[in-house]
This record gives sequence, structure tokens and C-alpha cells, in this order.
Amino acid sequence: MRLTGFFIFAASVVLLPVLFPDNYFVTVVGIAAGLHVILAVGLNLLMGYAGQISLGHAAFFGMGAYASAILTTRFSWPSLLAMLAGLWVAGTIAWLLARPILRLRGHYLAMATLGFGIIIHVILVQAAHWTGGPDGLGEIPPLNLLGWTVDGDQQWYGVIAAAMLLSIWLSLNIVDSRIGRALRAVRGSEFAAQMMGIDATRAKTQIFVVSALFAACAGSLFAHQQAFVSPDSFSLMISVELVTMVVLGGMASTFGAACGAIALTLLHEGLVVFEDYEMLIHGALLMAVMIFLPQGLFAGVSQGVRRGWALIASRQRHKG
Amino acid sequence: MLKSQFLRTLLAAALFVSANLVNAAGPIKIGTFLTTTGPASFLGDPELKTLQMIVEDINAKGGLNGRNVELIHYDTGGNAREALNFVKRLIRKDNVDLIVGGTTSGDTLAVIPEVEKESIPLISLAGAVEIIEPARKWVFKVAHTDRMAAAKIFEDLRKRHLTQVALITGDGGFDKSGRAQILKLAPEYGITLVADESYGNKDTDMTTPLTKIRATSAQAIINFGFGQAPAIVTKNIKQLGIGLPVYQSHGVASQTFIDLAGDAAEGVRLPAAALVVAGQLADTDPQKPILLAYKKAYESKHGPVSTFGGHAYDGILIAAEAIKRAGGTDKVKVRDEIEKTQGFIGTAGVFNMTPEDHMGLNLDAFKMVEIHNGAWKIVE
Repeated sequence: MRLTGFFIFAASVVLLPVLFPDNYFVTVVGIAAGLHVILAVGLNLLMGYAGQISLGHAAFFGMGAYASAILTTRFSWPSLLAMLAGLWVAGTIAWLLARPILRLRGHYLAMATLGFGIIIHVILVQAAHWTGGPDGLGEIPPLNLLGWTVDGDQQWYGVIAAAMLLSIWLSLNIVDSRIGRALRAVRGSEFAAQMMGIDATRAKTQIFVVSALFAACAGSLFAHQQAFVSPDSFSLMISVELVTMVVLGGMASTFGAACGAIALTLLHEGLVVFEDYEMLIHGALLMAVMIFLPQGLFAGVSQGVRRGWALIASRQRHKG
Repeated sequence: MLKSQFLRTLLAAALFVSANLVNAAGPIKIGTFLTTTGPASFLGDPELKTLQMIVEDINAKGGLNGRNVELIHYDTGGNAREALNFVKRLIRKDNVDLIVGGTTSGDTLAVIPEVEKESIPLISLAGAVEIIEPARKWVFKVAHTDRMAAAKIFEDLRKRHLTQVALITGDGGFDKSGRAQILKLAPEYGITLVADESYGNKDTDMTTPLTKIRATSAQAIINFGFGQAPAIVTKNIKQLGIGLPVYQSHGVASQTFIDLAGDAAEGVRLPAAALVVAGQLADTDPQKPILLAYKKAYESKHGPVSTFGGHAYDGILIAAEAIKRAGGTDKVKVRDEIEKTQGFIGTAGVFNMTPEDHMGLNLDAFKMVEIHNGAWKIVE
């Protein structure tokens, strides 16, 4: 019962390419949306459940991407091994960083993570010898999973959809586990949580690492799928966009984060036709959602649907 | 009820058929992704205006092979990630026949894997030599390379017997790529780099690295970059009273640079396309009539002409010629015809492409110019 929503979502993800096999919005935009979902779901664990803000999440995304890009192009590592290396690097850095950085709260934590994101971005730009500098790194070989080479939009859709579903499933399970409950306690009041015997530092560190791993995994997939990486894709703006996704969809809800990620990706793609007015409409829509659906898109819409349903049901009863 | 449904089905069928008919003889779709906003917009803006102007002109004259040309444009804002997204959109959603564009090298390099995979001709308007080296099947370019700019500057230095040079560059893609070419070519021309300083392209003052340069034995300063930064460098050099000859790159070959740098721009030399000095060319120069015609057409509609708009002019006309010769929009044929471009006189020079050289310009395509009384002057 707990996973009903998940199965409905999974079914629609699988059905989409079957119904619209060569649709641009499924095979190209769908892939971008899938990666954003992984990132947003990971960030939501940290932001929504543990109540810790991160304005530097694109850095972990970048670490995964550049680890895969550099190791496969310059050292011809197998892609799966490079991905694991990327996960290891991002996880280790997150772990080392967590202790000092998660001591901070509120604005200070935001500033520290922001600084971290900018530092990683500067390194990607300046260490041109390794990273290719601002022009980026190209000709990244395709992803090879135990002998199967992922090629073409539809196969990529499959791989990214699988990774996305896995990340949502993991997130749902983490949230409902002991650590998930511990995190929510920490979010409510760190002091009270500690009084109940929860090791708050440890819980926060663990979730920070998990969140970084989600991002690094998305980064590796992104690098192979695009066959090109440049620092533009991991800038501060991307970190801010990820936070926007989580907040827009609704904090502390895995489907909320996923919904925000998909909505923002589609919105961007749909508004391109307005050219100069794109940013204007984009901003106005985000403002409208925040004013009228402060709980986020997912909670707001599902609440609306439930109310509508209740209204119809009560009318039916009156008639009968 | 039944009748109306029948009518509706009929109408839908008719619409479907007519839509298909229009498609068969539909326009030739040329896609473009340029940087018309953001710091590099002064490059992308004239490019887009030029493309629109030429497409209008082609359509007014009856189109290509009897078909109209439709230009589909997206603005990347100088973001490589956006560039790649838009190219995917151009290829899969808009079904373009050919792509002209990529204002910056970063944007172009980002989309190369995609156009190679999807087998669609791309004519880039960006500078970096990496775009065409090694030669890739589907990628061409029409703007001078940074290597050519470096070589042209070194030739001029050699003529003036200057061997000790200080280099100062920004942190952008154009800067980094130019710096790499200068470092690589310097030994070939017997030039010693006595300083290699850098700054951030958003900095508002570059006196610190310049003070370091002043302390060296440099006989000339080379600054490679575009936008605001080179103008600030030029001003700072004057403010610090460093009386050395200053070389800039082709990235600043627009009136904007002279306006921004003001007095300090006097005596600055840079390699530039013939377009900026069109009026001063010898009457026998084959490029002269074309340059003047483009200049007149552009300036009658928009502001002063720039070499960047010139790249767009070259790019779209090479594409148009290739489509004409190919007799259609078959991608393989069009690609082959672009590669066979010979003796095409454009604004950047005379193009002679080969399977190994997907640009086809030689060093003569650059003129060494000096800023003199706020205007460009050829120094040969």
C-alpha cells in the first residue's frame, strides 16, 4: 500500500515511450527530467527531511560527471568503474565536509554550501589541464554496462528511467526507516532529538553523503549521455535551480521533489517559444505557485484533486 | 449527431493530407543557436541580424531551388548546456536540414558529439581551432582560428624585431584557447614569453597583473580576450604609463572596443578580418565589392557592421551555395558540397575547403590593423 504511488508512477514512466516512441518530449526532455528527478529527490532527503539547506549541490553532480569524463577519456577506464570512482570521490568529500559544514545552521549553512559549490566550479574552470577548462571535455565514450553499450535515445531513456525509479524507491525506503524518522526528529528540533538518544551529527552526515551519492550518480549518467561536459552545467545557477525544484514540488515529499523536477524541466522546454519573454513568464509562474500553493505543486494539486473528489462524492450522495 | 462526427473526421483527414502536402514542398529549414543575450551578445546579436537579413534576401529572390528558407533560432545565453539542448531540439523537434551557429567555441564544442551522432551538417561561427582539428565529418567553421590570430601577431612582432613578450589573458574559453595557441606557437617564431598573467573576465581592474608585467623585461604586451575585459586592460596599461606596444586579438575587432577603451586604444594593434577596413582595401582586392555590399546592406538596417556578423554572412551563404549545388537538402550531399567549397569569397577571406581543412582560410585572411584617431588603419 505504501508504494502504490510509486507503482503508478513507474507504470506511466514505462508506458510513455511505448505510446510515443519518437516524441521529442519523451526521449529528449524525458531524459533531462529523469536526471533532474534523481538530483531533486537526493537533495530533498537533505533539505526536506533533514532540514539542512544546500546551495552547492551542483558540485557533487559535477564531481560524478567529471570523474566519469576524465577517467574514461584520459585514462580509458571502463565506464562502470569510472562511475564507481565518481561515487567514491563525491561520497568521501561529502563525508569529510559534513562534520564542519553541518554544524552551521540557517544562513551560515547556506553560505558555506554556496561557497563550496563555487570553489568546485572554479576548480573545473581553472584546472584546464585535467578538466578541459571552460570549453569542457568532449568525446566521452558511451556508457557500457557489463558488455551492453547504451546507445540511442530510447535506450538512454530506459537507463535513466531505471536509475530514476531506483532513486525514488530508495528515497521512499530511507524516509520510512529508522534513519528517516531520526532525520525528521532532527529537523523538528535537534536538541529534542538528541535528548531522545538520536546521534544528530551522525544522522545528518549520513544523509548528506547519500544525497551527494545520488547527485554523483546522476552526474556520471549525464556525462555519458551528453558525451560532453563543461563547467556551465555545474554552476551556482544549477544548484539554485535544484533547490527551486525541491521547493516548488513540495519539501519533505519524495514525489513532491520528483514532481517539481519534472514540472520545471517541462516548463523551461515549453516556454522556449516565447523567446525574450521566457524568463518573465517563468518567474511569474513560480511566484504564482508559491503564493497559491505554498505547500508545493504536488501537495497543492493532490489536495485539490482530493477536495474535488470529495465535492463530487457529496453531491452524488445528495442526489441519491 | 452521426453526420457531424463524419464531417469532423473528414475535416481532420483533409487537414492531415494538406499538412503532408505542404511538408513535401515545405521550406528548407536552417537551424541556428546563437548567444544573443549575456556577455557574448555583442557577437551573437549581429550574427542573428545578418542571418535574418540574408534569409529574407534569399526568399525575396525566390528561395533556394524554388523553396523558401526558414530560419529557426534559439538563444543559448552563452551556456554550453543550453546550446546542446537547443541543438537536440533543432534536430529532433524542428527537423532542420542544416545548422549554422555556435557563437562561442564553448557552445560549438558542446554540440559536436551530437551533430556527429545525428549526421547533420554544422557550420560554426566560433574561433577555436579545436572545432576543426581534427577534421570531423559533419563540422565546418568560417571564423578565423585563434591560432591564425596568434601567428599573425607573431609575424608582426618579428617585423618589429620584438622578442620578449608579456601575455595577459582572462578566464573565458576564448581567452584560454588563445593562450594555449600563443604558448604553443611562440617558440616557432623565436618569441620568449616573459610573463603569463591572468585575470577574471568580470574583474573591473587589472592593474595588479599589469604591475607585475611592468617589472619584467617585456617589449610588448599581448592581451587575448573579448568583451569588456580587454578594454579595461588597455585602459589600465595607459593609466600605469606602460609605454609598450599593445596587441589585442581579433575578439575585439569591433567599434565597441574603441568606444570602451577611448584614448587608450590609440596605437593598439590587432589581427582583424578585412571587413573592418573594407574602404581601405585596394580596388583590385576581390573581397572589396562583397565587403562593401554587405556593409551597406547591414548598416542601412542596423548599426555599424562587425566582423562577427560577417561570419554569419559567410556561414549561411556557404550553406546556401552547397544546398544549391546539391540540388536539395539531402544531408550527405549537402555535407559533401560544403566540403567542396572552393574560391568562395566571403567577409573573412577566400574559402578553399578540403576534406582535411574544414575552414579553408589562410593567414592572408587576416589584416594587421592599428587603431589610429579612433578608427582602424591597415599596417602592412
